[in-house]
Amino acid sequence: MAKVLVVTSGKGGVGKTTSTAALGAALAQQGQKVVVVDFDVGLRNLDLIMGAERRVVFDLINVAQGVAKLSQALIRDKRLESLWLLPASQTRDKDALTDEGVRDIIADLRTKFDWVICDSPAGIERGATLAMRYADEAVIVANPEVSSVRDADRIVGMLDSKTVKAEKGEQLKKHVLITRYDTGRAARGEMLNIDDILEILAIPLLGIIPESQDVLKASNVGSPVTLNNAASMPAKAYIEAARRLTGETVAMVVPSEQRKGFMGRLLGRRAA
Amino acid sequence: MSMNLLNLLRRRTGSAPVARERLQILLAHERGLRSQPDLLDVLRAEILAVVSRHVVLDPEKVIVRMDRGKSVSTLEVDIELPNGFDKRMAVAS
Repeated sequence: MAKVLVVTSGKGGVGKTTSTAALGAALAQQGQKVVVVDFDVGLRNLDLIMGAERRVVFDLINVAQGVAKLSQALIRDKRLESLWLLPASQTRDKDALTDEGVRDIIADLRTKFDWVICDSPAGIERGATLAMRYADEAVIVANPEVSSVRDADRIVGMLDSKTVKAEKGEQLKKHVLITRYDTGRAARGEMLNIDDILEILAIPLLGIIPESQDVLKASNVGSPVTLNNAASMPAKAYIEAARRLTGETVAMVVPSEQRKGFMGRLLGRRAA
Repeated sequence: MSMNLLNLLRRRTGSAPVARERLQILLAHERGLRSQPDLLDVLRAEILAVVSRHVVLDPEKVIVRMDRGKSVSTLEVDIELPNGFDKRMAVAS
């Protein structure tokens, strides 16, 4: 039974695309057949994060409008056999996507994959509502920061009212994924901590992704962080989050920063 | 260096508790609005209809405002009436 998962946040720049790529690759590594779908029409980036930007021929809009077949637009990952990408259009405007078009593509993808992961554009406009429209589950990506948490709450309201599942009166499963978390700063009261965010949003936690240079390194070379350096802290956290998505119970570990010496902390503080 | 020492002394009073409290208050308010997005519009239209039956007034001068507090919320209705409105009604009827 295929699952359609939307990765959303409301706010931009919190790590939706990074998380889509990392979770998609982690699920594929666990033997699941996965497609990651870029819904950010006009500002596509998932192709770049996946390292497939030079292989894009057809896109989501072409398929929605019948210009290309789904099989022509799907790009297979070069590293993982069971990981595929459906890119967004870079040139068309976002109104080219229709509800019916998305419905048909998602229905088609459901027959071919175990996981359909929809990377939502930022905002609460048409692109974001279409990305979540046919989802069974949602991952809400949030940073430990007030505007991100507020927008996440707004998105929760939309997931509970504007999705097909919600309209049918069914429960859409929601998870919060906290990214760019700095355990040290949270412990010092400089940053919202996990308990604060969970209490405010009242949604179960999928994972805690630490702030890390490994995320930027992976995007620089066009590789999901879970593939680029599977032993890194963020990769481990994403891999565990992916296991939770498949229903496994994995103990939640709050990522701890590497201990710095006293002087290192003094100097590090200045940089921060 | 002195700044760093100051920061060290201040470490137990971070800004996160303020963030948390601001968010809790704001979201309680926004969630209320979400469940009844057009409540104020409906109230305004109905209040306007009732008052207009008895008094001639400018619809622009009817202001309905809701203030949500932690324990008590208030509904403020501000209707500005033109001078001599009762005489005008008498002529009309």
